[in-house]
Amino acid sequence: MIDLLFGPFIEFGFMRRALAGCFALSLSAPPVGVFLMLRRMSLMSDAMSHAILPGAAIGFLVAGLSLPAMTIGGLAAGLLVALLAGIVTRTTSIKEDASLAAFYLISLAAGVLLVSLRGSQIDLLHILFGTVLALDDPALMLLGGIATVTLFALAALYRPLVMECVDPLFLRTVSRAGGPVHYAFLGLVVMNLVGGFQALGTLLAVGLMLLPAITARFWATDLSGLIPIAMLVAILSSFVGLTASYRADLPTGPSIVLAAGILYLGSLLFGPRGGLVWRLFRPRHLEG
Amino acid sequence: MTHALVGDAPVQPGAIALRGLTLGYDRHPAVHHLDGIIPIGALLALVGPNGAGKSTLLKGIVGEIRCLDGRIDRPGADSIAYLPQAGEIDRSFPLSVIDLVAMGRWRRLGAWRSAAPDHQTLLRALSAVGLLGFEDRLIGTLSGGQFQRALFARLIVQDARIILLDEPFTGIDGRTTADLIALIRDWHAEGRTIVAALHDMHQVRGHFPTTLLLAREPVAWGDTETVLTRENLARAQALSEAWDEDAAICGRGDGHHHGAPPFSDGHRHIHGHDHPHGHDHRHDHGHAA
Repeated sequence: MIDLLFGPFIEFGFMRRALAGCFALSLSAPPVGVFLMLRRMSLMSDAMSHAILPGAAIGFLVAGLSLPAMTIGGLAAGLLVALLAGIVTRTTSIKEDASLAAFYLISLAAGVLLVSLRGSQIDLLHILFGTVLALDDPALMLLGGIATVTLFALAALYRPLVMECVDPLFLRTVSRAGGPVHYAFLGLVVMNLVGGFQALGTLLAVGLMLLPAITARFWATDLSGLIPIAMLVAILSSFVGLTASYRADLPTGPSIVLAAGILYLGSLLFGPRGGLVWRLFRPRHLEG
Repeated sequence: MTHALVGDAPVQPGAIALRGLTLGYDRHPAVHHLDGIIPIGALLALVGPNGAGKSTLLKGIVGEIRCLDGRIDRPGADSIAYLPQAGEIDRSFPLSVIDLVAMGRWRRLGAWRSAAPDHQTLLRALSAVGLLGFEDRLIGTLSGGQFQRALFARLIVQDARIILLDEPFTGIDGRTTADLIALIRDWHAEGRTIVAALHDMHQVRGHFPTTLLLAREPVAWGDTETVLTRENLARAQALSEAWDEDAAICGRGDGHHHGAPPFSDGHRHIHGHDHPHGHDHRHDHGHAA
């Protein structure tokens, strides 16, 4: 049993690295996902993950399959799209989802075009599905750094961020923090997507951000419960996904996200906060 | 000239001076050439038909929208507390009532200082609006009236010298309205400036000593009894209806005659403008210096 679960990590350094990288991401991406979910911006992270592609592709064209180059490119492209979408939203009557959709489509098309200019199908698959089993030292440091920055930034921004989520108009009347907080938060989203893109690939980078957050909704109601539960779900998914991918020789990124998906479906059925199974019973109502 | 008059008048710190103020959207005025001073400690009702510019004026004072023309002077720059009519509040966000009220302490606490020393203040505010015992409930579980009480508790802890309320009693039952009006009267007694957009004339007559009757154009501003006359109300209604017609035919060259001095001390009526112009072009008519 112990060997079944821990064997691959004891035996192979690359599995330990993969686990460490995924754990780092499991601490930083889910809290960001919780805020995205509560702001009804879940799909925004999906759009952003596509927006990252051309930056990563330019990095890829310049330096080949080099993680630092692709990371910097992805960060730049993601931040640019977030910033442009934010500026358009704040200066025109176009809503945030629409302006983001416009920019991410442009960005995605440019990315696919760039990747196809050079490189084979295999290269494209690397970009799309990640390279979690080939995390080198710089990549691990990057993931750890992203997790550290994210947690400290969320702690520092927590109060204005909650206010910006609950009552942006109120925050505007008492402070100018609303705009900077919003952009800082979008920056965190992009940073974590780029981190996830290292481990899981562009297509699945969103998975570890959102699935644990949405799963947590079936276990807790307020932020003090949602955030730790989302982290826990992400850690569990990473572990199970990595083990399964090793044992059954499956691609790593998809198995991690599928593990998170199974936890989500289980919570959807049995979660104590609104799980579907509980609808079958009608508990006696309370006195008051 | 009219603007210059108010412009020259020294305004005491804490008062709000509206000088030739035009506010609107897409250059269409929603509040048109409003002059006057809201003195410190005023308890002013903002009355007018739908679309009269009541909410727009409050948004302008709080700085939510920019002036199309003219300006708002607030010497002393006291903090303003503002309760919008249709807020952007996401009530599905899992936030407790006491955390919502604690948002009112932002100016003192900022992003990082602990709210623990303010706990008693928050509880006192909750008890003042009759919500003691609700502090740990999520805001999504409150009824409309309870939620409005919670927002008033937030106004209390904001402790602002100027309080702007936009239709604060819409959809609120009589008991809650009475409680909240009592709160407003307490604020008035403490010397705070209160401006409230209202549509219930009975409330206005009963509790608000001064009234500004607005129909995009200011119709009358002064003591509530002298403002809320049958003629004034009929004129406000007619103005707002005439305005719709204007918009349809674009109203160019449809001379509105002006003439009255500004309302610095109330009891006056104005009768529109002395310069012909449409209402959909820029306000570049120079205000006859």
